Amino acid sequence: MKIHEYQAKELLRGYGVTTPRGVPCFSVEDAVKAAGDLGGSVWVVKAQIHAGGRGKGGGVKVAKSVDEVRKWSSQILGMQLKTHQTGPEGQKVKRLLIEEGAAIDKELYVGIVVDRATQRVCVMASSEGGMDIEEVAANTPEQIHKVFVDPDSGLTDAEAAALSEQIGIPRSSQAQSVAQLQSLYRAFVETDASLAEINPLILTADGNVVALDAKMNFDESALFRHPEIVDMRDFDEEDPIEVEASKHDLSYISLDGNIGCLVNGAGLAMATMDTIKLFGGEPANFLDVGGGATTEKVTEAFKLMLRNPGLKAILVNIFGGIMRCDVIAAGVVEAAKQVQLGVPLVVRMKGTNEEIGRQILADSGLPIISAENMGEAAQRVVAATKGAN
Amino acid sequence: MSILIDKNTRVITQGITGKTGQFHTRACREYANGEQCFVAGVNPRKAGQDFEGIPIFGTVREAKQATGANVSVIYVPPAGAAAAIWEAAEAGLDLAICITEGIPVRDMVEVRDRMRKHNSKTVLLGPNCPGVITPDELKIGIMPGHIHRKGAIGVVSRSGTLTYEAVAQLTELGLGQSTAVGIGGDPVNGLKHIDVLKLFNEDPGTEAVVMIGEIGGTDEETAALWAKTNMTKPVVGFIAGVTAPAGKRMGHAGAIISGGKGTAEEKLAVMEDCGIRVTRDPSQMGKLLKSALK
Repeated sequence: MKIHEYQAKELLRGYGVTTPRGVPCFSVEDAVKAAGDLGGSVWVVKAQIHAGGRGKGGGVKVAKSVDEVRKWSSQILGMQLKTHQTGPEGQKVKRLLIEEGAAIDKELYVGIVVDRATQRVCVMASSEGGMDIEEVAANTPEQIHKVFVDPDSGLTDAEAAALSEQIGIPRSSQAQSVAQLQSLYRAFVETDASLAEINPLILTADGNVVALDAKMNFDESALFRHPEIVDMRDFDEEDPIEVEASKHDLSYISLDGNIGCLVNGAGLAMATMDTIKLFGGEPANFLDVGGGATTEKVTEAFKLMLRNPGLKAILVNIFGGIMRCDVIAAGVVEAAKQVQLGVPLVVRMKGTNEEIGRQILADSGLPIISAENMGEAAQRVVAATKGAN
Repeated sequence: MSILIDKNTRVITQGITGKTGQFHTRACREYANGEQCFVAGVNPRKAGQDFEGIPIFGTVREAKQATGANVSVIYVPPAGAAAAIWEAAEAGLDLAICITEGIPVRDMVEVRDRMRKHNSKTVLLGPNCPGVITPDELKIGIMPGHIHRKGAIGVVSRSGTLTYEAVAQLTELGLGQSTAVGIGGDPVNGLKHIDVLKLFNEDPGTEAVVMIGEIGGTDEETAALWAKTNMTKPVVGFIAGVTAPAGKRMGHAGAIISGGKGTAEEKLAVMEDCGIRVTRDPSQMGKLLKSALK
């Protein structure tokens, strides 16, 4: 789960991380008032959307007067902000963060993730902050310094000091930097984060270490113990079909193609998408109905796929193990009737009671195209979309 | 022959009193030697009772002492599952198989660290995995037993239904399986592809291996590089997620392309470089394996 920058900063301040003073705003008037309350003569107007790359897309502006705060806020609030992470349609900006300006001396980078290979939390830091860290990692990996933290000791003073030195923090600011890194590490662990990224972490002209930006993602499996983080969820930032799917315990992800896929199991669902692509089609979605799919769940899954106006055909691929093919077949027939399916439907079922399942489909009177294996199913569904054109 | 489990394995079910634990314990008992192999259950609040004749103990240690069990299977809900893994490790079992899906990553980081620091000899399989089956001997997990046949092909995979898909293809071609292992779709887990390949390589009953991976992490690459210089048996592979977009989690907690790492194309390229024949059509996994046999 993702949260906004202002929420991440609020959370991090609670752990002792220093950030600029700022106020989240939902209107231009709020923004102007916030600038007045913050005082000073320079403010930063920052679009609050979950995607990165906001600055390049025109979503972050420096204001040198209250009039400029008004100007930038009216321009940014409500805009469709396009970044490399939003997709071509962009994301509508509904929230702003108004912050006091900072005098930047150096821009650094700190990121925390769980490293799969060592099975430890990895704190990464670089002197090359402010830019695309993936580029730094690809081109000059020696400029990214890593510590794999022992969960019993946490990020130690020595480790934090070494990292600070490696990224060029002067001795005079080291104590502050160590405290900031340790606070960040503690916040990451205690909130069950999956990502904490400060880019840039800055050294100010007067030697302070400040988190100028903040990005945090959280482990969905641990949200049950963090109601305070669940409260920060912003549904405006999520695909409405994916939100609806999660209510029915379906795992759904929208893609750009026109062939809907309904599959049981995440691996098989990905493999089904791949097979469609292999035979010249484009999947419209990833959809895992899980292990215990009922008629109701299958019906909901059909409804979700059919919300996509560009949908040209549907492929159902089920491996019946514990779940029996006859039950799935009955569910597919029932769902197809309920939703008045207007697109070709290809079904491939394998496993327990597959013959009975196929018979149910054949007897239903519905124009269902059957297939023996995944390859054949994909070829048939791709052919069906071409026929529909 | 087989790896990890056979008809002499004795199994404790942790979480035997839950709905999932009961359903699958019943199905596992009905498969091959399940009746003799599933010897104990654990639930601290129901010690002294039984589940359909399987005695329930308060702790894994007690269950082990009373029955001589050496393996456990865990269906405990996510919040308590890591503690259940630790309990199996503390009791000194040979193998703990964790089926539970949705365990917080932090809990897994902590329990894996504790297992390492205590030099635990317990091998962990999973979490979020279908389990392991040695056909005609023993099934521990949630896979459908009837699609398997006894034979000489090893199967290792991160995904459940995609494993079944490969097994069914092999069985249809008359190729039985020595053991089929589902290692699970979580980012922090126990056995990895490389560990299972090593076991299959040493198993005289395994002639060839199907290795199925998916996007996320670099475990498939690590396994492929090891296989290049060490594996004496043919390995064929498939990687799911060629079409998966970066930054979107594809169902499994571990199936995500992040920071440009973990793409299917990258994995397929490394595997091919290391002499593992791969297919891009998952309906051809069985045929590819058959063609790789001498």
